[in-house]
Amino acid sequence: MCLGIPMKILKIENDRAIVTAGQIRRSIAINMLDRVNLGDYVIVHAGFAIEKIDPKKAEETLRMLEEIQ
Amino acid sequence: MKYIDEFRDNKIARSISRAIFKEAVGLPHINLMEVCGTHTMSIGRFGIKDMLPENISLISGPGCPVCVTPKAYIDKAVALSRLHGTIVVTFGDMMKVPGSYSSLEKEKSKGGLVNLVYSALDAVDIAEKNSDKKIIFLGIGFETTSPTVATSVIYAKKKRLKNFFIYAGHKLIIPAMKALVEDIEVNIHGFLCPAHVSTIIGTMPYNLIAKRYGRPCVIAGFEPLDILQGILMLIEQIRSKKSKVGNQYKRVVKKYGNKKALELIKEVFSPKDSEWRGIGILPQSGLALNKRYNMFDAEASFRLPGIKTRPDTGCICGSVLKGIKTPVDCKLFSKRCTPQTPVGSCMVSSEGTCAAYYKYRMKT
Repeated sequence: MCLGIPMKILKIENDRAIVTAGQIRRSIAINMLDRVNLGDYVIVHAGFAIEKIDPKKAEETLRMLEEIQ
Repeated sequence: MKYIDEFRDNKIARSISRAIFKEAVGLPHINLMEVCGTHTMSIGRFGIKDMLPENISLISGPGCPVCVTPKAYIDKAVALSRLHGTIVVTFGDMMKVPGSYSSLEKEKSKGGLVNLVYSALDAVDIAEKNSDKKIIFLGIGFETTSPTVATSVIYAKKKRLKNFFIYAGHKLIIPAMKALVEDIEVNIHGFLCPAHVSTIIGTMPYNLIAKRYGRPCVIAGFEPLDILQGILMLIEQIRSKKSKVGNQYKRVVKKYGNKKALELIKEVFSPKDSEWRGIGILPQSGLALNKRYNMFDAEASFRLPGIKTRPDTGCICGSVLKGIKTPVDCKLFSKRCTPQTPVGSCMVSSEGTCAAYYKYRMKT
């Protein structure tokens, strides 16, 4: 039930945005986020963006994962 | 898909698994609890248990909102759907959960007005389009979901809707974890903490569990590499006899969480004592609507005749939710109780421990 999908912001209109992932496209609420920009990735849960994904932190985590021996 | 595929790399998964084996050498048997049902599903789907040494067990926790919703709640929801002029609106997972005498799915098949939605805001739309009906939305879910339901209440107020109601059954994760570590029957050495509940509440609240109760906590994402790294981080803490809050899911989870979402919850809801199916009443572990939103509170707005809730017989959901037993310990499991004919709620929800064990044929 707490599933959230990373989706990319395509269009912003007031407190709603159009997001996409793969073949899916959805209109979601973005009232929980301070600032979002086109191209940002957000976690989408039950029709709401609950947080932005920090691309730098994601890179750092991936680099750490690759270094685990 | 971006931020999914790269966290499913098989080669990296194997090297993390090897690192876990190395780190666990010489340690006594360790029970790690994945608190959240979404973790349980991912662990089953990606065969994570097969990538761990014998002395590391993963135990499923109470973090499946549908599973912990008490029978009395379902009974009331069924009764609400039978009232004249009401439409009960819910997330899909709730439909099949058996109450004492019926389920919402059975009521719908008999012509009861029960609607499924993907988002709480869809319920507000239904209320706007059906001004002659009273819309009762079943507000269930943990901190990930409660701010979305809070938003629906605020929107309904702005739109001056008089026919929109919430039947609040929301739960909070930290009081449940606290109850687990205080339960002497429960034997957990560390917690793999939920990704998206933590997105809302942040890393700070887990300090209670890590510092006061000495159980290491690591927040991890839901992809297999996230889970494996989370397990590795927990074992590293246990090996070095530390107990702190680790954050594997830094790309999303912040120290103080999502402040706007927390404000939404606080605006609309306050903590209250709440019953968990199979576990009992846990202090301050649920959410009730604040007084100023009383007109949206289904419990305050609808009178229901007293309903006698029948206790579960033979079902050990409660012990499964606490991690004391596994589904294979239950004599009903995969015999009388299957996803098609669920007895307990852990088999109903797609994220329930029993459903995960059934689907992925997990053995321990």
